[in-house]
Amino acid sequence: MSLRSPLGRVLGMGSAKDGTGHWWAQRVSAVALVPLTLWFLYSLLVLPALDYGTVKAWLALPISSFLAALSVAVLTHHSYLGTTVVVEDYVHAAGLKVATLLLLRFLYVIFGGAGIFAILRVAFGP
Amino acid sequence: MPVRARPLSPHLDVYRWQISNTLSILHRVTGVALSLGIVALVYWLMALAGGEDSYDAAMGVFTGGFGLTVLVGWAFAFFYHLLNGVRHLFWDAGYGFERSQRHASGWIAVLGALVLTIGVCVWVWLGAHP
Repeated sequence: MSLRSPLGRVLGMGSAKDGTGHWWAQRVSAVALVPLTLWFLYSLLVLPALDYGTVKAWLALPISSFLAALSVAVLTHHSYLGTTVVVEDYVHAAGLKVATLLLLRFLYVIFGGAGIFAILRVAFGP
Repeated sequence: MPVRARPLSPHLDVYRWQISNTLSILHRVTGVALSLGIVALVYWLMALAGGEDSYDAAMGVFTGGFGLTVLVGWAFAFFYHLLNGVRHLFWDAGYGFERSQRHASGWIAVLGALVLTIGVCVWVWLGAHP
């Protein structure tokens, strides 16, 4: 005999209410980051120099700024998902846990937003 | 009523340290380290957007002794997290669970990360000292 309600069973969300959502998002962002991060690293390594003019000219290319912005977005999302689990595992006091998770989320939005803003400024700025 | 000594699991005092749990912990540690690296990445991007002066100042930080040391650490963390992450994705797909496969893939992740880190260091060094 199962104590699960028919609705609970058909939704398959479990007690955390989000089912495999977090787990799946972590994997999808991981798969996306394989080509994105390798592209970013490779692009920097094959530049003739890392001086201001060379790097800015490279990042201002439409394909570079597009992929770099995507990289920052997916990277911050993947990192947010991972560090959230770390906080949930080690921070036990309820209030402190919620405060840490809230602070973490704000920090990720701020840093992700700042990174993408900087890339757009290089792409479209003076 | 007699109290039976129930088995405790995992019993951390007698838990034998092995490659599986070491690499699992290392995956999490490198993940947290790389998350901190986002701060450096965004600082670098903001410095680039800010103009030549701020970019040169940022590059001064990254090419200093402390900056280079941390960058080498992040390079290893990146390659290890990448290789071990792919290892996890294979597990998620249902492959590579045999003991021999687990150990082999674990060593590939560690040694591969070391080789790639050294490779990138040599590549950058040769680029800076032609």
